[in-house]
Amino acid sequence: MNYADLFRFTAPETALELAALLVLVVDLGVLRKASLNVRVTVAALLGVAGCGVALCAMGFQYGFGLYVDESLVLATGHGVTIAQAGILVLTALTLLLLIGSDFTRHVGEYVAVVLMAASGGLLVASARDLLVIFVGLELLSLSLYIMTAFAKSSGKSAEAALKYYLFGGMSAAFLLFGFSYLYGLSGTTDLYWMQYYIGEAGPSPLLYVAWIFIVVGLGFKIAVVPFHLWAPDTYEGAPASAAAFIASVSKVASFALLLTISGNLLMPGGVSGQKDVVERLLHNEYLTWQSLAMIFLIVAAASMIVGNLAALAQVSVRRLLAYSAIAHAGYILLGVATLRIYSGQGSPFQFLLSTIGPAIRSSNAVLFYVLTYGLTTIGAFGVVSVVERATGSDKLDAFLGLHKRNPLLATVLLVLFLSLAGIPPLVGFWAKFNLFAAVLGVSAGPVPFTLVSLAVAMSAVSLYYYLQVLKRAYVMPAVDESPIKAHPVTLAVLVLIATTVVVLGCFPALLQNWIASFYPAL
Amino acid sequence: MIGGVYGVFLSFDLFLLFVFYEVAIIPKYFLIAIWGSTRREYAAMKLALYSFVGSAMVLIGLLAAYATAGSHSTGLVELAHAGLPASFQMWCFPLVFTGFAILAGMWPFHTWAPTGHVAAPTAASMLLAGVVMKLGAYGCLRVAIALFPRGLDPWGISFIGIGSWRDVFAVLAVVGIVYGALVALAQTDFKFVIGYSSVSHMGFVLLGLMTLNQIGVTGAVLQMFSHGIIAGLLFAIVGRIVYDRTHTRQLAELETMHLSKRLPFAAWAFVIAGMASIGMPGFSGFWAEIQVLVGAWQVNPWWVAAAGIGIVVGVAYIWRAMQKAFFSDLLPSAHVLEQEHEHNFAAITWPEVTGVVLLAGVSLFVGLYPKILLDAIEPAVKALLAGGVQ
Repeated sequence: MNYADLFRFTAPETALELAALLVLVVDLGVLRKASLNVRVTVAALLGVAGCGVALCAMGFQYGFGLYVDESLVLATGHGVTIAQAGILVLTALTLLLLIGSDFTRHVGEYVAVVLMAASGGLLVASARDLLVIFVGLELLSLSLYIMTAFAKSSGKSAEAALKYYLFGGMSAAFLLFGFSYLYGLSGTTDLYWMQYYIGEAGPSPLLYVAWIFIVVGLGFKIAVVPFHLWAPDTYEGAPASAAAFIASVSKVASFALLLTISGNLLMPGGVSGQKDVVERLLHNEYLTWQSLAMIFLIVAAASMIVGNLAALAQVSVRRLLAYSAIAHAGYILLGVATLRIYSGQGSPFQFLLSTIGPAIRSSNAVLFYVLTYGLTTIGAFGVVSVVERATGSDKLDAFLGLHKRNPLLATVLLVLFLSLAGIPPLVGFWAKFNLFAAVLGVSAGPVPFTLVSLAVAMSAVSLYYYLQVLKRAYVMPAVDESPIKAHPVTLAVLVLIATTVVVLGCFPALLQNWIASFYPAL
Repeated sequence: MIGGVYGVFLSFDLFLLFVFYEVAIIPKYFLIAIWGSTRREYAAMKLALYSFVGSAMVLIGLLAAYATAGSHSTGLVELAHAGLPASFQMWCFPLVFTGFAILAGMWPFHTWAPTGHVAAPTAASMLLAGVVMKLGAYGCLRVAIALFPRGLDPWGISFIGIGSWRDVFAVLAVVGIVYGALVALAQTDFKFVIGYSSVSHMGFVLLGLMTLNQIGVTGAVLQMFSHGIIAGLLFAIVGRIVYDRTHTRQLAELETMHLSKRLPFAAWAFVIAGMASIGMPGFSGFWAEIQVLVGAWQVNPWWVAAAGIGIVVGVAYIWRAMQKAFFSDLLPSAHVLEQEHEHNFAAITWPEVTGVVLLAGVSLFVGLYPKILLDAIEPAVKALLAGGVQ
């Protein structure tokens, strides 16, 4: 592979980096004398344009049917494309919500950091090599720490960033340590080949140590219990746009990575030869995955319980969203962990063949969930930021009488929160339903079923705290009835998001078919 | 919300049915929380959470059925023919049945019903009692029983006469009948009386379903219809006609108002509605309850004996409410008398008259000529009991 190939493969990332540099030049060079409002608008629009170009570059890539080199460090096609497109769209939305905000005077830097974080996300979503994964994750994480700290006049922002950074640094160390064990065991950093060597060697205690370290590292990124402690503080202290980014783009990238890891561990790639050899390799690979899946399942169950129960007690809407994010991460992780649970009985090769279809449906459901969740949560943070700017607080009581103060905003809030709670006919319901049905479809048995029951029961619990916010917006008497003004662009984006949530809720096939179209016919 | 309800009744596909079932929840919350009265936020939240928990149980059951059947269809017909294993039906049936029965107000999951009814604006309580609770009962019949018929088989062991899920739910239904009636007897708020009477009447529906014989299930379906009409009528009288004029629903305060003289229409309307409610022959409630009881007698006479207590108490609480609210001779205090002379109650308006006459008329008509409904219900029930879903 030569450098031209590499450049073609990384075209979207390159486009984002160029856009970041362009934003810096324009903001610091051309617009030095301009007002803050103009600078924010120009920088955000440039960033959105960068995302657009990156999206086009992806289409270009895909359209030309890149040939896949065995030695490639980046994966293409399938889930990668979906996740990358999702990351770009969600980044563009967070940037649009930035217009009209005034938490910082360093607009150019902020937008540039957002774009770099997004390119880190793209790398993470497509990486197939441990080193690239790590570099991508660090690019993403470091940018997120900076974004969190960007509201320099706010003490909370600094505190949130410090907590986030300390937790993040620690978890990155764990992740790297786990990766080093994997490398030591297999002698390669390429996930595609690694599973072959792991299958060859069979399960070993060292491997379990590596898995645990990796779960710690990735668990931090997706904020699942018990690695979630940074989330409420970060969501509360970070600027709204940064919090929305952390809750959406970073989630999409991390789950795409989890799917890559599980997909590589579960697909028979790199395995060839005699039938009994293949069977033995697959058997070992599945046992390996099972040990990882069990850890994931425990973590997922804990997240669902802790996230939902802790959210009940929150008075700050941002913290509420943080705990709800933890709960949602639990649901999604359930989908990843139960991708294929092999009982150890029967022919592993037959098992592989019989579960290809369900496993693909399951990972489609995971992608569908994480994309729509990201979209909804960006909207939710958008509403919170508008209310926050008008009332100076993100407490539940700041939402009192919202339907009188700004009916449109209240409607958007209603749609988004009900979607998060999973009420039909909104998209959150389909996401949950698809995911749970896929989980049950791909792995039968009491354990997945119990966990799905737990998830459904917990989403019943979640209705309570979402209704707490809606109750204040619609039912309880307002203390202050002065209208809340939102920037027209912000309002337009929020309405767009809410409309998408409703439309996708009524016609989920629009997105599902698009996701499914990336896979060969089943 | 009405759209959601229609959807439930029409759906043959489980999945669609479930979606519509949930669609109906949220509007109820806002109907009560925004336009309600007594403790409306509490009642609305309680109702929404109970419904959502019920629907979550249904969802779990349906997902399990879907996964176990291994088919890629959620059509009721396909799933019913999929031949779900008996052991699976055994635990899935109570889950789904309870999920739906929560919405139907089965004891001990009925507590949302009275508070919800009382807090809701009159039109919404009529809807709740008349339509939404039927939704639950409909789900019990159409989904739980049709899909998991083997779930009703005996366990093989019997403990104090309870040897299957069928016995369990029948006993719960009977307890609901008696308990609802007794609690209604003790209420001081007029609307709570009606609210608990709903619990009692829905007990008859569930008892009828659990008889699993032609006559009992037919009675249950007829009772769904009849209770919808009668509860709607009672709520209309109490909430719309009486409360809008007196601004109190406390029986103790109504006692002093001489309502039978000042609102004779309301008093007579309530007498008719009350008679319908206690199951006087000639009203639809009679035919429904008698069929349920006959059906239940064939299965277990003790259920009938217990339900009989409920009927007797039913007469008592209606009588008590009627006497206290309308026909009390208690002398009003001088203060109230003074007020009374100052302003009379507004005259009964024609929409009120039309509503009452329509509802009472339907109940009376069905009571006198039940064949008109039975002809429609019986073949459907027969087919259902035969094991097929139409």
